Amino acid sequence: MSGDSSVSNTNSMTRLRSNFIRRDLIGIAAIIITALAGYLLFPDNLALLTRLLAIALLVLSLDLVTGYCGVATLGQAALFGSGAYAAGILSAHYGITDPLLMTLGGIVAGVVAGLVCAIVMLRAHGLPQLVLSIALVYLFHEFANKASSWTGGSDGLSGIMLDPLFGVFEFDLFGHTAYFFGVALLLIVFVLLRILVRSPFGMLCRGIKEDPVRVRALGASPHKALVKMYVISGAVAGTGGALSAISTQVVALDSLSFTQSAEALVMLVLGGTGSLFGALVGTLIFMLFEDFVSAANPFHWLTMVGALLIAVVLFAPKGLYGTAEAFLAGRKKHDGETRA
Amino acid sequence: MSAVLEVINLKKSFGGLVVTSDVSLSMATGDRVALIGPNGAGKTTFVNLVTGALRPSSGEVRLRGETVTKVGPTGRVQRGLVRSFQVTRLFQDMTPAEHVGLAVLQRTGNSGRLFGNFLTRTEVMEEVDHLLEKLGLLPLAHRKVREIAYGQQRLLELAIALALKPSVLLLDEPAAGVPQSDTSRIEEALANLPSDLSVLMIEHDMDLVFRFARRVIVLAAGAVIFDGSPSDVTKDARVREAYLGSYAHASHVA
Amino acid sequence: MQTVFSIAVDALAYGMVLFVISIGLSVTMGLMRVVNLAHGGFAMIGGYIASYVARDLGLGYALAVVAAVVFTILIAIPIERLLYRRIYGQPELTQVLMTIGITFCIIGITNFIMGPTLKTIPLAPALQGSADIGFRTIPIHRLFAILCGLAVALGLWYAIEKTNFGIRLRASVDNAAMAAALGVRTEIVYAVSFAVAVGLAAFGGVVGSEFLPVEPYYALRYMVTFLVVVSVGGAGSIPGALAACLLLGAVDTTGRYLMPEFGEFFFYLAVIAIICIFPRGLAGRAK
Repeated sequence: MSGDSSVSNTNSMTRLRSNFIRRDLIGIAAIIITALAGYLLFPDNLALLTRLLAIALLVLSLDLVTGYCGVATLGQAALFGSGAYAAGILSAHYGITDPLLMTLGGIVAGVVAGLVCAIVMLRAHGLPQLVLSIALVYLFHEFANKASSWTGGSDGLSGIMLDPLFGVFEFDLFGHTAYFFGVALLLIVFVLLRILVRSPFGMLCRGIKEDPVRVRALGASPHKALVKMYVISGAVAGTGGALSAISTQVVALDSLSFTQSAEALVMLVLGGTGSLFGALVGTLIFMLFEDFVSAANPFHWLTMVGALLIAVVLFAPKGLYGTAEAFLAGRKKHDGETRA
Repeated sequence: MSAVLEVINLKKSFGGLVVTSDVSLSMATGDRVALIGPNGAGKTTFVNLVTGALRPSSGEVRLRGETVTKVGPTGRVQRGLVRSFQVTRLFQDMTPAEHVGLAVLQRTGNSGRLFGNFLTRTEVMEEVDHLLEKLGLLPLAHRKVREIAYGQQRLLELAIALALKPSVLLLDEPAAGVPQSDTSRIEEALANLPSDLSVLMIEHDMDLVFRFARRVIVLAAGAVIFDGSPSDVTKDARVREAYLGSYAHASHVA
Repeated sequence: MQTVFSIAVDALAYGMVLFVISIGLSVTMGLMRVVNLAHGGFAMIGGYIASYVARDLGLGYALAVVAAVVFTILIAIPIERLLYRRIYGQPELTQVLMTIGITFCIIGITNFIMGPTLKTIPLAPALQGSADIGFRTIPIHRLFAILCGLAVALGLWYAIEKTNFGIRLRASVDNAAMAAALGVRTEIVYAVSFAVAVGLAAFGGVVGSEFLPVEPYYALRYMVTFLVVVSVGGAGSIPGALAACLLLGAVDTTGRYLMPEFGEFFFYLAVIAIICIFPRGLAGRAK
């Protein structure tokens, strides 16, 4: 950085900006290429791939609150499941069968669920907060179980009908339309979240994660910001839930479970928290690994998944993506100082 | 003369332990006040009471005439009372430009914006650059905080505080932990603070106090024992007793 | 009246079982600050060992209890040395990932060795049947569970308040760095506490098998229950854990008796209510 400092400042600003955009484009390209590769390589397995897309949205939503704001939660499926049930109920009980309207319904339900969870959870910190999230997802689960005239209870919600997408593309038996609909949703959400995480608000949230006292000294209220992030997270999770309801045309009680929440958290930590790429990588690897191992060796799959998690903690403590990124950054910088 | 910051009969006790007993002080626009006192005098408690981190047991805090005793820390910042920290509290992975930018946006009510990147917004960046320039931090604007020296981090704390355009600035040992070679830059920055800003500085370093303050308040055992000009403080019998009785570095005062 | 009485006895016995299993988790969480989701796994291992000793080998209940505690500790020691040591002081999320991984492995390996069926632990003849306490009769096993809980509570209280080890333990809980500076070998304190915690979990897993049946997914099914009672009580506090277990045991048992169709609804509603009122747990202290 030589010469006039204000010139170098403008230069570094432009450089930063083009850096952001380059990473955006790489991300979009990576999603499209992976999606196409999945479509071409596993044409018989589109149901799994579409489920992967829906779960990826859930994990992204979790990354917003856990990775960017530092709120650990084992109850994120409450937001996801609310979206799934809302989309399903709109179709099964109200005859609203337009997939876009159903998605919108899922988003609204996710937002409401996010608001409820935020208000309850933000009353505590640390371990009690984690436990509140667990209690919440169980309450949502029991509630859905009891309201069986709406949700079908433990049998699951069925009878979800769908109009063609944009009135043109029928949701076919093989799941082609659902798959591409899912890819489109993920791309839209990804781009919006890329903008969000580097907006002033995204910056504020990262500040809250690191030091809420400093944020208060700036005159900003961490509580307000966290509620807002929870609402956004609810919209993302609700989108994922709606996609899951639309693609499978059933909603199972499992979509609102502690197990689903814990799995999402595992995927996120596996990939690396605090990075959208980490969330996507974690989902992809965990779900493919689980699918592969459970098919290859149904007796040992749980042990192998467990061993994978242990191995990640021991050998890739920042998650797979986070560790890879740090490794590459360390190689790029010759002074050998990596991001701590 | 209207007071910018008024503290009236402030008391704080934890259980039976009285930490702050009946402290009053008043600051006018442009004041340069140093608050000193031996270890355990209750300076930290006083800072927490004034900034709103603690609620007083009784008494009042007023900002520009408004009673803010029941207002929390963020509300007081929004009303113009800004503090710096004794040990820097900065976001390690963010750059100075981002810190100051966030403060500017917070002041203008835009920190909650979901879209747009402030690094590309000219009106914000002009102000950020201006502030960083003034404190000599511009060349480091886009380096991560973890990569810059501690003295520069102290200056950044000051830049963040100024970006909030406070009417009262509470500096908690602004030169603490800074190597001797860098203190002159901090002192220079302090000397260049806006003249209409009221500054209350908590400090141990008596050299800095004498150079900076036009008024000195001495706190001992939770009470104000002296409030007057720097030239009188060393002559005051009660101050001498408070320091010589309990303070190892008495030579700084004497 | 008979119903009220049997609910009360069941609630008390269930609460005590929860206490015996969870108190070890409370101590390790308070001491080592580890969110140990695998704690239930050790209770499960204890249950399987006891079932094997008592049912398959026919060696009797008393020996089964002893074997469960001893062998579970023996299994846990290498796990502590190789895996838990690595996550002390790590962020919560890392601990969650590691201990969920350990739980999965425990479930997978146990199912592989013991088979994926429900295991029973035949009670000693002396613990079967009912005891007449004058105006009512109580199933002896319930009484036994309650007495075990009391014994564990008293024993721990004595160990922590009255022994040398207890002093070192409390010092380490309060401030590990300071304790180490004063010459307390915190590593040993950690290891012993972990062993005791695991042993108690195994003991509780055996004694509580009438309430929490020993089955393949035990570790996952009750993972949350144990974590919840510990944080409701306030990690690291024996009276807090006891209060939380009795309170939540009562809520859960009453709910199941009176409105079984609501499942665990009341349990978790109570959890939310308690944490909202006591954000640091019943016995929580500001840190």
